Amino acid sequence: MYELKINGETRSVDVDGDTPLLWVIRDELNLTGTKFGCGVAACGACTVHVDGAPTRSCQLAIEDAAGVEVTTIEGLNSPVAEAVQAAWQEMDVPQCGYCQSGQIMQAVGLLSENPKPSDEDIDDSMAGNICRCGTYVRIRGAIHKAAGKLEI
Amino acid sequence: MLKSLLKEQQTSRRGFLLGASGTAAALVVGFRPSVAPLAAGDAEAVHNPFVKITPDNKVTVVAKHFETGQGTSTGLSTLVAEELDADWDQVLVEWAPADAKVYNNLHWGAFQGTGGSSAIANSFMQYRKAGAAARDILVRAAAGAWKLPASDIKVEKGRLIHDASGQSASFGEMVPHAAGLQAVEEPVLKDPAKFELIGKAIPRKDTPAKTTGQAVFAMDVRVPDMITAVIQRPPKFGAKVASFDAAEALKVRGVIDVKAVGSGVAIYARNTWAAIKGRDALSVEWDEAEAETRGSEEIFAEYEALAKQPGAIARQDGDVGTALAQASKKVSATFRFPYLAHTPMEPLNCVIRSEAQSAEVWTGSQFPTIEQGVTAAILGLKPEEVTIHTVYAGGSFGRRATPNADYVAEAAMVAKAIDGRAPVHLVWTREDDVKGGFYRPLNLHRVEAGIDGEGQPSAWHQRIVGQSILAGTPFEGFLIKDGIDATSVEGAQNLAYDVPNITVDLHSPKVGVPVLWWRAVGHTHTGYSTEVIVDMLAEAAGQDPVAYRLKQMKNHPRHAGVLKLAAEKANWGGDLPEGWARGVAVHESFNSYVAQVAEVAIEEGGGIKVKRIVCAVDCGLAVNPDVVVAQMESGIIYGLGTAIRNAITLDGGEVDQDNFPDYEPLRISETPEIEVHIVNSTEAPTGVGEPGTPPVAPAVANAIYAAMGKRIFTLPFSESGIEFA
Ligand code: FES
Ligand code: FES
Repeated sequence: MYELKINGETRSVDVDGDTPLLWVIRDELNLTGTKFGCGVAACGACTVHVDGAPTRSCQLAIEDAAGVEVTTIEGLNSPVAEAVQAAWQEMDVPQCGYCQSGQIMQAVGLLSENPKPSDEDIDDSMAGNICRCGTYVRIRGAIHKAAGKLEI
Repeated sequence: MLKSLLKEQQTSRRGFLLGASGTAAALVVGFRPSVAPLAAGDAEAVHNPFVKITPDNKVTVVAKHFETGQGTSTGLSTLVAEELDADWDQVLVEWAPADAKVYNNLHWGAFQGTGGSSAIANSFMQYRKAGAAARDILVRAAAGAWKLPASDIKVEKGRLIHDASGQSASFGEMVPHAAGLQAVEEPVLKDPAKFELIGKAIPRKDTPAKTTGQAVFAMDVRVPDMITAVIQRPPKFGAKVASFDAAEALKVRGVIDVKAVGSGVAIYARNTWAAIKGRDALSVEWDEAEAETRGSEEIFAEYEALAKQPGAIARQDGDVGTALAQASKKVSATFRFPYLAHTPMEPLNCVIRSEAQSAEVWTGSQFPTIEQGVTAAILGLKPEEVTIHTVYAGGSFGRRATPNADYVAEAAMVAKAIDGRAPVHLVWTREDDVKGGFYRPLNLHRVEAGIDGEGQPSAWHQRIVGQSILAGTPFEGFLIKDGIDATSVEGAQNLAYDVPNITVDLHSPKVGVPVLWWRAVGHTHTGYSTEVIVDMLAEAAGQDPVAYRLKQMKNHPRHAGVLKLAAEKANWGGDLPEGWARGVAVHESFNSYVAQVAEVAIEEGGGIKVKRIVCAVDCGLAVNPDVVVAQMESGIIYGLGTAIRNAITLDGGEVDQDNFPDYEPLRISETPEIEVHIVNSTEAPTGVGEPGTPPVAPAVANAIYAAMGKRIFTLPFSESGIEFA
């Protein structure tokens, strides 16, 4: 049995200690907004916030998640998140949409640390998130747009 | 491709008949393929809907095509909403059930499916008529309710309005008044000049759910008591299970069962992680008697030998041998294209519940009626006993369009192997996807071309060696003619340049690697070889690549149109910073025309960086210009990443790559600036999902040549020693 603080609640799950957080979130807690894309830290589809920092949930075993606070796309709730999601909608960023939870979690993490990122900052922060549909041009645009919303 | 070639099979849709069942529950307008008129309120009309209008004032469009990001659900809804004069915000989308009689692809005959960039093209009139017919019923319902002539009632943004009396009502309010009304056979369509939604960048219907984690993909389907299965497939294509030892796998906590299924050994578990761990613990002996054991290098060597022999003739104009002998200058090249995986972002997966007399399947379904039929056959059911629930698809690029329903068939076998004891979610891992076959075929092209004394192309001989995608599939009958698989030669056979002597011939050797259409199919290789060769001809003639192409395109005005537009917008011929260069390519696929100008730079350290792609597209009327732009961006990024470094290679029959680290898609940090220009057109709309892909690789290759004097004949570029910064 492991306890997990997630989206403001404490949940207990009965899984092996080596179970990646990703599968705990998806299969045990049925929070399916967080996606499985590669399982090897190469795509970012599984990105959640661990103590506020974007983290690949496929790489964090539940036994190593004791005491941390996890936020998934379902639990996003901040002015930065609102600005990011609004910008994403205004620019119609998603295509298939499968990578977008991870992209949004990563972008919220970036803007929380750096409210006015340059193109280079965006590249550095977002390069770990693959979008197979190639929505990168709009992701970049939407991050700038969200930054603009946060300025006001 | 499918579109143009299956057209002959198109069933007549003259029996365009509508029925309105204006019960208090819903106003439903549907089409029936039969010619018998429907009585109003006929339950069958409810059964065949394209649009449903309910008393809660919602307009639900029933999409017969799946949504994999290409914007179809928005496009189909736009067509209905336009003719209905609905308010865009009241429009919802749901997916049609599998039914080839009602929801078939009108370009393909009696078969429901999405592909060949045909979704909007085949639905354009059908969905508009559905909207127009519903509007007509609503107007007559209001006329009846208000006792006024229908001709005095107008419809605006989801409201029925009678100006003189000041009366107005929502669609929902008029649903009960539509009871008993019958739809007209040929509703009057709008004059395109009056379109208010078509041609405008209106917001996509799927965006909100896709920015909040709420969109449901097959991966997210949860059915009570569902278990998860993964399959251990053989390391070589065509190998079979000889024996397996499940003892260790069964010790893994959460593993429930292990069974041999058609494609390998299935591990059933309480959750995905247990299934994956169980599979790691499994040991399987494979029977490789019928397995493919060649490596990519051996296959290329065999293809090269074949390329010395004449192949089946796909096109022959004039006398290419004599013309080559008399050419004033010649160019030639042997092009090598690797196998390519699609790697859609959502790894393939499918949920299935199988009962004694029925089954339900949840998947991002691209060929619903094939998946229904295959599932039924495996489970011993009638097709109509299998329900296909289409959900959002996390990318396809062709991978889900399998003529044998591969992964859905596997799910059915997995369910059958445990006698339907529990609903099963069959999950492929990324490794399963990368190693799983159904690749873009490996191809070798040998091209020799010549110019005459004036520099004009006088001879073009293109010999293509590549596996047939269609041989052995249900499409074989219509798409393979005289030994020519149309998808092997498309884009070369119909070369857009006027050359008096031209031969295109084809070898289709058999290899035991399953192959499939991959975003733009044959154009992914023919677009490359033809556009590199024509660039070489321009150089041999000492002429500018754009001007040279335009000269040879007198019979191809739409090609010329996009080429001129892209060149102009890219300031072709204008100054560039030191170390930068431009290259160009133009190619038609799926009746859409795309030209791209690439700008590349040699960075410090010698690596190449793609700086900008300027794209011009002519896809007829752009139903949603923003979706067209998005699809061009998408096709360019997909094609560019692949050209730079992606290859599936085989060694002794085994795939070398296994996940994104060694099959790495383009990343945001490598993405050039992309600028898309749409040709203003009133022609019927054509597809945009695929046509953006073919031109990017040759445009970049031609730019690299301009920058550093190196021609690239072996793909990916990394295999030709090109480093990217
Ligand atoms: S699934 Fe975790 S990075 Fe890809
Ligand atoms: S939107 Fe499809 S993978 Fe990003």
